[in-house]
Amino acid sequence: MTDPVTPLTPGTAQPPADDPADGLAASAAPGTARTRPGRASSSGARRVHRPAGQGARSSVLPGTLFLLALVGAPLVIVVAYSFMSRGMFGVGVAGPFSVDSYVRLLFDTQLDGSKIFDPRYIGVFWQSIWLAALTTVCCAVLAFPMAVWMATRSPRTRALLVFAVTIPFWTNTLVRTYAWVLILNDNGPVSGLLGTPIGLLYTPFATAVGLVYVSLPFMILPVYSSAEKFDFRLAEAAYDLGARRLTILRRVVYPAVRPGLVAGVVLVFIPSLGAFLQPQLLGGGKSLMIGNLIEQQFGASRNWPLGSAVAVALLVLTLLTLMGFALAGRRGGQKVSLM
Amino acid sequence: MVSKHRLLPLTALLGAGVLALAACGGGSTGAAASGSDSGSSAGGSAAFPAKGSGELNLYNWTDYISPDLLKRFESETGIKVHLDTFESNEGLLAKLQAGGTGYDVIVPSDYMVQQMVQLGLLQEIDTDTFPNGKNIQPEFKDVYFDQGRKFTAPYMHGTTGIAVDEAKVGGKVTSWAEFFNPPAGASGNMGILNDSNEVVAAALRAVGAKPCSETPADYQKVQALLSGVKGKLKVISSDGQIDRMTSGETTLAMMWNGAFHRASVKNKGITWVYPSEGLPLWQDNFAVPKGARNVDNAKIFINWMLDPKNAAEATNFVGYANAVTGSDAYMDKDLAKDPAITPPADKAALAQPVPPCSQTALDLYDKVWTDFKS
Repeated sequence: MTDPVTPLTPGTAQPPADDPADGLAASAAPGTARTRPGRASSSGARRVHRPAGQGARSSVLPGTLFLLALVGAPLVIVVAYSFMSRGMFGVGVAGPFSVDSYVRLLFDTQLDGSKIFDPRYIGVFWQSIWLAALTTVCCAVLAFPMAVWMATRSPRTRALLVFAVTIPFWTNTLVRTYAWVLILNDNGPVSGLLGTPIGLLYTPFATAVGLVYVSLPFMILPVYSSAEKFDFRLAEAAYDLGARRLTILRRVVYPAVRPGLVAGVVLVFIPSLGAFLQPQLLGGGKSLMIGNLIEQQFGASRNWPLGSAVAVALLVLTLLTLMGFALAGRRGGQKVSLM
Repeated sequence: MVSKHRLLPLTALLGAGVLALAACGGGSTGAAASGSDSGSSAGGSAAFPAKGSGELNLYNWTDYISPDLLKRFESETGIKVHLDTFESNEGLLAKLQAGGTGYDVIVPSDYMVQQMVQLGLLQEIDTDTFPNGKNIQPEFKDVYFDQGRKFTAPYMHGTTGIAVDEAKVGGKVTSWAEFFNPPAGASGNMGILNDSNEVVAAALRAVGAKPCSETPADYQKVQALLSGVKGKLKVISSDGQIDRMTSGETTLAMMWNGAFHRASVKNKGITWVYPSEGLPLWQDNFAVPKGARNVDNAKIFINWMLDPKNAAEATNFVGYANAVTGSDAYMDKDLAKDPAITPPADKAALAQPVPPCSQTALDLYDKVWTDFKS
């Protein structure tokens, strides 16, 4: 698919991978926009030419307000709560500025008032990171061949396959996860097929199955969108020039698909970090994830500041992950913008 | 199609939004009750309101009152009921503290009543002086959270105990200590509630301490006990208890008595245990928040719910016991004779209300719970 902002000047046939659709890239080269006679004449009235990717300031106002109100304000509230003390009876927040919640993430206060290092909450974070990484790797391994295979079909079949991949989005995640409870439980079809219940449900395996199942489309689609733009004649050429299959995959196909893979990894890893449903429903609640920890603090443990501090820590972890990917992307020669 | 480079900032924003939602989701559940001004707000110690008109805004737990019962109330009294629901005591409190809710009747649990009274959020209604106030069973009149029922009237009460399939487990379980050190047959088929308050309190009882203990040494024993039982658990979850106990996926489980009753209807092999160390008795109550606009209607509603026939109908719907004298006559027979719902005389004393824990105790709860779960 071509991006509408891409200048389609005849004679400058650029490879699709080098797509200047990125707003920053386009604004840095305003000259490219003026070489678009087609647009200007078709609009009839005389218009002020703007560099591609820059509209009138006022037109972004609704979007900006929307973001400020629904993303900015809650974020400010969470950060503010994390630096406050508990409210009366632990519901809500109150009182003076305090960094106690952050201290408590790392240290346990002993009876004599001394503080010792406490790996409790770090452990929860580590568990979540590990599970998210496992999910991401499984998804990448499954999605890569699938996406490349999809991209080599005829356009008609391709459209059908993309459609098939998106069908699960029609149903709520909770419902789909519950479906796995029914599939995996001792009276379910898997046990029926094997003839004997083997206790699949309420295991880490079930958690992983649920997470991979839910996340897979988020990996397939971006990888596919990269693979679709790849000119498979290049692979043929490499083959003709004597490269082995594995070398072609590694040196020719993989670099072309890599941007999609990076986007897929981000799209799978970050939501999996906050996974909440699958460990609870399929894993039997036997491992505590960051999401469960936050819920616990706002509910039974009645410690909103600590819950907010955990949420902020998760946010920082997410940002660090994104920055890590951005840096890795830059080193790899791709433009990956962060905001 | 969105350029792949643009997915990154999008994801960042999404992540931030999800976090913000997670943090703020503690309280509100949408629409507050609609404004109403038709009911009089005389209140005070005047004679009990004879007739009602206008509206009543009821804020109740999800799926906790029969819709048919509310319809009958509307047709008998001419008061239109608007029902809104909540899912936790903490959520209810947070919403009331935010103010301007417009609710006339709320349904807080025992410990939450105490906190709301201390915070000055409830009106004195003197349930004792209601025409049906005499129907409240004597043992529910002077409760720790509301001596003499000045602020509240009892609705439902229940217990958290143990359900066991003795044949499959291969032995008897009579106490929390035996629950946490179960017969070998239960290994791998145990269920436990996903609730730090319930689980830690039960473990404290099992090691010979009291719920809400503030002695760190008790929690060391609790931690050892819980880490020992963890490998024998099939599931830590409060949802689906009934299904798992019915199908036999769990054969030994910590359960609510109402859930046990519903499972036992289909699975006759399971029995209810009143643990010898005692078990928590929770109570939900009707109360009128300050700022309610239809106080008379609220009183009429609460009085109506203390009528034996109406209370029995409420019990038949939710499967928990009420505290209204004479309601047994109208209750479903299998509910009335189930020892889990109507405790036998020698077990009744084991079920006692548990006052709320101090912040110190809650922090200790949180620590052992985090260790247990992770």
